[in-house]
Amino acid sequence: MGVIFHIGRYTQFIRAVLRKPDKWAMFRKLLVSELGIIGVQSIGIVVLLATFMGAVMCLQTAHQISGWIPVYTIGFTVRQTMILEFSPTLIPIILAGKVGSNIASQLGTMRVTEQIDALEIMGVNSRGYLVLPKIIAGFVSIPILVIFSMSLGIAAGAAIAQVTGVSSMEDYIYGIQIDFKTYDVTYALIKTSIFALIMTSVSAYHGYHTDGGALDVARSSTKAVVYSAVIIMVSNLILTQILL
Amino acid sequence: MIEVRGIHKSFGDQNVLSNINATFEKGKVNFVIGRSGSGKSVMTKCIVGLLEPDEGVILFDGRDFTSMNLKDRKEIRKEIGMLFQGSALFDSMTVAENVRFPLMMFSQMSEEEMDIRVQHCLTRVELEDSPDKLPSELSGGMKKRVGIARAISMNPKYLFCDEPNSGLDPQTAIVIDNLIVDITKEYGMTTVVISHDMNSVMEASDTIHFLHDGVVAWKGDNSEMMSSNNEILDDFVYASKLMKRLRNNK
Repeated sequence: MGVIFHIGRYTQFIRAVLRKPDKWAMFRKLLVSELGIIGVQSIGIVVLLATFMGAVMCLQTAHQISGWIPVYTIGFTVRQTMILEFSPTLIPIILAGKVGSNIASQLGTMRVTEQIDALEIMGVNSRGYLVLPKIIAGFVSIPILVIFSMSLGIAAGAAIAQVTGVSSMEDYIYGIQIDFKTYDVTYALIKTSIFALIMTSVSAYHGYHTDGGALDVARSSTKAVVYSAVIIMVSNLILTQILL
Repeated sequence: MIEVRGIHKSFGDQNVLSNINATFEKGKVNFVIGRSGSGKSVMTKCIVGLLEPDEGVILFDGRDFTSMNLKDRKEIRKEIGMLFQGSALFDSMTVAENVRFPLMMFSQMSEEEMDIRVQHCLTRVELEDSPDKLPSELSGGMKKRVGIARAISMNPKYLFCDEPNSGLDPQTAIVIDNLIVDITKEYGMTTVVISHDMNSVMEASDTIHFLHDGVVAWKGDNSEMMSSNNEILDDFVYASKLMKRLRNNK
């Protein structure tokens, strides 16, 4: 019963979010601001994660294959892992923790301090005004971050292979080129775009419907992260089955 | 004028408002008083459309708000200003940006015209020197004044004030009361003030509706209130030692 209630309320919420903005100039201003918060301010964590994941992936593959599988497999494995799974799935899940909790706590605080009521009384579509720029900013910036993460992870793998000597640069480059399918990147970007929509909208939904005080803001923030992660994981399975 | 006719509102099994009838007159400060939990805030939220009443009609100068579609409601809402209990200022915006916000969203004013209007509103609440401050840098009384400046920026026909004096010292509370009275007369607005502060009621009210357990238990003005024989109202009005002493000295 609870699940049906939330699906119904989420659908109504999204319908209100997608209404035409009250003022385009204001929408553009907020969109630029959200691109900064969701996109630019997430570069640091994406750099950190992609670099270390690429490097670790390289060392682990080298350890597993040593002696009986061609060395170029290291580059191949790092590339496939970064493109197919790590960047498009794990980066959005990790961003759900950073961006999603930020969205939920911002909207939750605005709700409990009556700022959302103030918008509604002025005649502003508060859901559209507050949430649509966040969803579009996530939809635009997260796939860019994911492409960046793929490149960086593969580059970090190359760097660590050189430093530790587990693979020559020639073997690594051969590995990342072999059997490359551009569809894999398309598949990854389709997944990422959908995960970005899920993460931003689910977090906004929980924040917007906060009811109570500071503790409830914290609860909404936690729910935003947990539900976003769970829905992303389930969608990942479904999308992988459909797209591959 | 705002007319409330036969409003009912319940949450699950809990009946919060039962057959509320009230008239809030133009150019007057109309108080709604009552104990915490008596239904004052729910009634206000029903009037401004933040909650849907289960039954009844709300008329803004004869226009039936309850049966309007979303677009027409939006037009009415542009005529409403509201001062919230916690001021509800947008904390990412400065004082001037808060006051400017409704103008940016809904007016056709040029940048210069908006600047002039913002300056006028801030001068009206004596905050002309603080346009660049953030809400976090303001005292409680200043926040309320910014809330009033934002509420009047679109020159509203209707002003709602939810507990305008909560958390303020008595002197600042009087400043806010006087400001509400002055702008009501100046702009000819229909003002509805939700309060349980008897000092404020004595200072600023033109008409009073007393809510008790979700019904309007009494209505009148403040001189009638002082001489009322309504037992429930007397229990509320004379709950404090100060009011008891006033009654005994009469």
